[in-house]
Amino acid sequence: MIELKNINKTFKVAKRNAGFSEAVKALFKKEYTYINALQDVSFSIGDGEMVGYIGPNGAGKSSTIKIMSGILTPDSGECMIDGRIPWKDRIAHVKNIGVVFGQRSQLWWDVPVIDSFELIRDIYKVENAEYKKTLSQLIELLNIGEIVKTPTRQLSLGQRMRCEIAASLLHSPKILFLDEPTIGLDAVSKIAVREFIKTINRENKTTVILTTHDMQDIEALTERILLIGKGRILLDGSLSELKTRNSTHKTLTVDYSGEKLPLSEHMTVIKNIDGHAEIIIDTVFLTVSQAISYISSKVEVKDMSVMGETVDEMVVSLYKEFEI
Amino acid sequence: MKKYLSFFRIRFIAGLQYRAAAWAGIATQFAWGGMTLLMFWAFYQNGENSFPMTFPELSSYIWMQQAFLAMFMAWFFDHEIFESITSGNIAYELCRPCNIYSMWFIKNMAIRLSRMVLRCFPILLVAAFLPAPFHITLPPDWLSGVLFLVSIILGFLVLISFSMLIYISAFYMISSVGIRILATSVIEFFAGAVIPIPFFPEALQPIMYALPFASMQNTPFLIYTGHIGEIKALQSIALQLIWFIALMIAGRILIKRALKKIIVQGG
Amino acid sequence: MKLYFKYVAMLLKSQIQYKASFIMTILGQFLVSFTAFLGIYFMFSRFHSVNGFTFSEILICFSIVLMAFSVTECFVRGFDVFPRLIQSGNLDRILVRPRNEIFQVLTSNMDFSRVGRLFQSILMLAYAIPTSGIIWTFDKVMTVVLMLIGGIAVFSALFVLYAGISFFTIEGLEFMNIFTDGSREFGKYPLSIYGDGILKFFTYVIPIALFQYYPFLYLIGRSDNIGLIFLPLLGFIFMIPCYCFFKFGLRKYKSTGS
Repeated sequence: MIELKNINKTFKVAKRNAGFSEAVKALFKKEYTYINALQDVSFSIGDGEMVGYIGPNGAGKSSTIKIMSGILTPDSGECMIDGRIPWKDRIAHVKNIGVVFGQRSQLWWDVPVIDSFELIRDIYKVENAEYKKTLSQLIELLNIGEIVKTPTRQLSLGQRMRCEIAASLLHSPKILFLDEPTIGLDAVSKIAVREFIKTINRENKTTVILTTHDMQDIEALTERILLIGKGRILLDGSLSELKTRNSTHKTLTVDYSGEKLPLSEHMTVIKNIDGHAEIIIDTVFLTVSQAISYISSKVEVKDMSVMGETVDEMVVSLYKEFEI
Repeated sequence: MKKYLSFFRIRFIAGLQYRAAAWAGIATQFAWGGMTLLMFWAFYQNGENSFPMTFPELSSYIWMQQAFLAMFMAWFFDHEIFESITSGNIAYELCRPCNIYSMWFIKNMAIRLSRMVLRCFPILLVAAFLPAPFHITLPPDWLSGVLFLVSIILGFLVLISFSMLIYISAFYMISSVGIRILATSVIEFFAGAVIPIPFFPEALQPIMYALPFASMQNTPFLIYTGHIGEIKALQSIALQLIWFIALMIAGRILIKRALKKIIVQGG
Repeated sequence: MKLYFKYVAMLLKSQIQYKASFIMTILGQFLVSFTAFLGIYFMFSRFHSVNGFTFSEILICFSIVLMAFSVTECFVRGFDVFPRLIQSGNLDRILVRPRNEIFQVLTSNMDFSRVGRLFQSILMLAYAIPTSGIIWTFDKVMTVVLMLIGGIAVFSALFVLYAGISFFTIEGLEFMNIFTDGSREFGKYPLSIYGDGILKFFTYVIPIALFQYYPFLYLIGRSDNIGLIFLPLLGFIFMIPCYCFFKFGLRKYKSTGS
């Protein structure tokens, strides 16, 4: 159980100006600006939940993750994770969490992956029998049996990321923080990673908190999303709810023969020439089936497809809506 | 030429940003110079007659060395250059319409000069007001001053063209760390950074003066202190010029060959 | 402790992977301190003694300082390159692991190429031991051992202090070189030759003289006070404020994340 209440965090950043005279001036005087990284952030996440944490760069995602993993102390507010305050009781707290920083490695560069795993086992004081069980499960699920004997530096990014995730789960944490786990991966590795995250969430009831810029990750994995912008939680809800709320438009692509297709109300045309039309319909006033029956009544349809807004587009419109 | 100038400008200004580093550097170098002088003072009191320079000459030498440290320190390298060689990113640099040797040369000059500019004046100023014989004095006459200016520029060029050879060695080695440490200690020692060259045994001195390392910091600082006369100074300056040209030609040839190898092997 | 040796084995394994580079680096390290030795040698071929200390005596002093320094540089390297740990974000990784931070920083990095310097110091000691004219009784041997231990303690404390300061300023760190590299460099000579003020500073503020100068006096027979050989142990007291400062910096890191 994760609970954050009214978390605030402000950073002080030194200003730095270019130019010789500015550099000399800066020898004697320093100016600061203050950044409100987090303002009044509150949410709670139940055991076994899987949550997508999204927001543009610099919105406060990683500050929140750092607070939850005990690396950062907030200025004010409460944070309780399994009855502990992360930054007060660091060692006890981190035994229960696993963290994957997508852009950094926790594996030792020049030694075989399995050596890193064994060292991590000793760091977390995992029982050997327990370790063997977890390891064989991870090796099977992540399909890394063949690569664990290779030194980390020789792995591809996708292989390495799978090993990184395994390394973060060797101590069977109850909570897993994933910070952009699919960044830079090829399509196959992305899907493998997503499948794996789904599996451990379902089978081991691991709570997963995922930050990402890849909306396909969110679509594939999480039902609940938290949207943060400029340090505030802007939205906390389910993905499908958001979809219905936001997708008021559908795009119809029609290939037809006969006269040029005339438009009815609530239809906007993008293209309509030579028997090929792309039309946006406003679903608040006109349902998709109404539109289709209208079109079929006017022309002879050869082919037709309906497209809703993609999650990417939805997020862009969300960012616009909240002006972040 | 203009592109090199603006490249210099960018690097120079970037180097001026580090305020705290400048203060820390000034404090460090001041303490370092002071400790060095106290060490020599102990030897001076034991055997004034064996001292190869006058003590005020030595004081001036040491303070000049500290004030212009950023120009002559051998252990300073631009890691971006090493990284671009070992990672193969050098391919991007080859796409630019500039000579790569000149670019790196300018870059090194700019970084070192920007560090020096922020640090040298406070050090010189304080060192001038120290009690005798530990203070820095002006050169004996205006001619020494002029010769010093010519010589410090040449010395700076000799050092950079030598360190260019170390950068270039990275093309030929898997890891350049070892070479770097090795070369650094050789330069430092033979340039007179550990102890000034006049303190070396007499028998070794002619060889030492002939090596390129003496043409780095040793020549300008000895001219400044007045330890060597005008004729010797002119000879040393000529030698500096010869070394600079020789090292630069060597560097340009070696880099050309290294690049050819890269293009043939595809990195 | 077992875990510590696993780390040592792992780091050693990864460093000797690049054999040629590793050997070159060791050679380079050797040469760096060898030029320092040559500097002393040239000075002594000109002056023969300084403040009454002979060449052999200076070599003993230098080799002990260098030995303590290279051992520290090898095993406490994690604190020496601590700024990199902050900049690369790997400190965050350390903080999400259930082990003591000091232990994890120590095991984050070790530099085994420092044996080059260690080797140099052993050579110098081997040369100076028979030529110094010291009669090697038990108490004299103990003095050397305690000087080494005290030296490692003080240098380690300085590295921890250095790491602590890097929480506040990375750029400003350069001034710490006066104390770290500086004490190796100027510790070549017994600190008394720099004058009374400097000796007092390195006794009461940065306690280098506690393991370098005072026990050294007993070692070469300039003093009969056997109590001097235990002074190096005071170096451990110096570790306390340095450790506290590091902890203070870590707390600040946790509250600003920078």
